[in-house]
Amino acid sequence: MAETLINTILLTLLALTTIGVVRTRNLFSVVILAGIYSFLIASVMMVLDAVDVAMTEASVGAGISTVLLLSVLYLTKTHESVPIRTPLLPLFVAFGVGAMLIYGTVDLPPFGSAEQPINQHVGPDYLERSIPDTKVPNVVTTVLASYRGFDTLGETAVVFTAGIGVLMLLRRRKKKQDDEGGED
Amino acid sequence: MRLDVILRVITKLLLPFMVMFAFYVHFHGEFSPGGGFQAGVIIAAAVVFHALMFGLYPTQRMLPPWVVEMLVPLGVFIYVVVGIVTMMLGENFLGYNPLHPTKPYYGQERGIIWIEVGVLVTVASTMVAIFYAFAGRGRKP
Repeated sequence: MAETLINTILLTLLALTTIGVVRTRNLFSVVILAGIYSFLIASVMMVLDAVDVAMTEASVGAGISTVLLLSVLYLTKTHESVPIRTPLLPLFVAFGVGAMLIYGTVDLPPFGSAEQPINQHVGPDYLERSIPDTKVPNVVTTVLASYRGFDTLGETAVVFTAGIGVLMLLRRRKKKQDDEGGED
Repeated sequence: MRLDVILRVITKLLLPFMVMFAFYVHFHGEFSPGGGFQAGVIIAAAVVFHALMFGLYPTQRMLPPWVVEMLVPLGVFIYVVVGIVTMMLGENFLGYNPLHPTKPYYGQERGIIWIEVGVLVTVASTMVAIFYAFAGRGRKP
């Protein structure tokens, strides 16, 4: 009962924040609202007992992304210009995709149902073997590092690749700017 | 000077605790939520916080961009080295059991800590490097 109440409040606030993000033209407010959105999602994850995910969401979504977006705002204008055309087609596409997604959830099994493949395949195995194998109480860590070390290596490589990509893009642009400055 | 002296002093007080908390999140990751990824983001947040308060150039004097860019591949390197070490000790790639001579679960613990160090280094330095790249561009006229 209490969980339903908390979920309802959190999801209502999420919807309100989303409307706020869409309606607001001041980009500074939009960035702050996006940070609030991340904190709300982190709270939802807490309610779902996914504390590790909540922590990641709070630190990445609300912390670093907010700062990066703010530093982008420092480089651009802080006010969103009014669109020239009325966004009817994007609105239609958004509603269509949303309706399809909701239609897709109709067939999904009830939340947390134990008979589903996702809760029967390797999950119970990890839960049973984790303590005897490693004596590490946090199963998330053992799955991440011990049983799925390869995947985490891939994940680290993805972060590395993304970082290198962003750096190369921004670096090249900066050099070009410097050259232009020299010509002027 | 302006009135932000309070903010600067508070920042100086807070920064050690932020980094300390990041290490707590890292080394306590086996017992509580968190791990290398979260700890890396917190360390990056501490560096960005420093840059926001004291300006980009003092931060870059403390942590030069070339060091940050060296650290980005170093994390992946540490991770792979752990895997190769376990292979040389006779286990599979990233099978941590032989990292401790007698007790396999201590080996697991060591393996987890070390690969998480790799994750931490890559994540933290990538975040800081992206921040440097953005913040170093300056406002366009």
